[in-house]
Amino acid sequence: MNGAHDMGGMHGFGPVQDEPETDRFHGEWEKRAFALTLACGGLGQWTIDQARYARERQPPVRYLENTYYEQWLHGLETLLVEKGLVTPDELRTGKPSGPPPPGIKALPAERVVKALQQGSPYTRPVDHPPGFAVGDRVRVRMDQPVTHTRAPRYVRGRTGTVVLYHGGHVFADASARGDHGVADHLYNVAFDSAELWGIQAQPGAVHLDLWEPYLVPA
Amino acid sequence: MAGPHDHDHHHHHGDDHHHDHEHPRLNDLQLRVKALESLLVEKGLVDPAALDEFIDIYETKVGPRNGARVVARAWTDPGFLDWLRKDAGAAIKSFGFEGRQGEHMVVVENTPKVHNLVVCTLCSCYPWPVLGLPPVWYKSAPYRSRAVLDPRGVLADFGTTLPEGVEIRVWDSTAELRYLVLPMRPAGTEGLSEDDLADLVTRNAMIGVETVSYPARAAKDAAAPETLQ
Repeated sequence: MNGAHDMGGMHGFGPVQDEPETDRFHGEWEKRAFALTLACGGLGQWTIDQARYARERQPPVRYLENTYYEQWLHGLETLLVEKGLVTPDELRTGKPSGPPPPGIKALPAERVVKALQQGSPYTRPVDHPPGFAVGDRVRVRMDQPVTHTRAPRYVRGRTGTVVLYHGGHVFADASARGDHGVADHLYNVAFDSAELWGIQAQPGAVHLDLWEPYLVPA
Repeated sequence: MAGPHDHDHHHHHGDDHHHDHEHPRLNDLQLRVKALESLLVEKGLVDPAALDEFIDIYETKVGPRNGARVVARAWTDPGFLDWLRKDAGAAIKSFGFEGRQGEHMVVVENTPKVHNLVVCTLCSCYPWPVLGLPPVWYKSAPYRSRAVLDPRGVLADFGTTLPEGVEIRVWDSTAELRYLVLPMRPAGTEGLSEDDLADLVTRNAMIGVETVSYPARAAKDAAAPETLQ
């Protein structure tokens, strides 16, 4: 979707403000929002792309006003309600109004280290051969999907060169609909800065990981 | 060090007028998170001890010192460097750094001609096992908007100037590949041990907004005092 999250190439946000490497969280609520997001992710009720999409679907003005853990908090509340794990009433009051959903168990503390170590690998077999090879020129399809996609606006319609082939990966656009079983070939594509930015371009390139359905031969 | 009262200094926009709303908003957030946590615990969806465990891991155990060790090894051990180039995931895993948000690793190597910079314009993708959680600025609109269009301007915000003619490659993390920058080893460090070298490697250098200096910058966290809180 063409949301406020798709920020590449926008102007007007001002300078980047560094912060010390030792800063991790800013206030207790950030820690709790972070940990709640990971713990609820561990319930296995949604994919990482559904989580991203839940954050992206906020009204653009709200997205831009939020700090990052507010995006997470909003996304988490959205998914908990959409998946029927909590009701909007319960969210408002903080008090359970019914029994917990059957068959869903909290991730126990003793499973946390293991769950993080395992992660969730995204490579998958794909049922057709790759359509492109390293060195091929490709163009990103001109498309305005209204749901989650990982082809940012600033590369749509632009031409680049395949520089890496990553194999088959879970396709983000399908994963955002909850389908973890759809995979496609994933490539790293280098776009010359001048192709993206024209006369303002600085010497160099921008590289993006793009799935085959985003690409056409150039 | 940064308590709740510093919060707005880390806000995306750096807009001073937000200060007026800082405290009520923070109170709301604290209450909202507290209510959510107690609800989820009561419903049996969250183990409170698991929350403490997640926080402890990313507050005290997993952070950029991990990545610094990988870089120092690459600088001192050609065999390891070769492994890192061929199979970054396996090479990094040999330190025990693996898992969530680092399932598929790529290392991009700086040279006198090419400088690499990592961003996630769409959200906050970042290689957790080697760098920990991303700093606020990495997730902020100023960085996400400008890194791809004006990388030299972003580097200047960190006090970093590259020689003319150096090509900047920006890696926008749009899938589940996670990128770690291998900075150039600074001159004059031939006699240093791997541990001493690791101490020179900053988080910012492994994202690509700084280079590694020797001797280390006196107060590298104050590299850009005019933009610091």
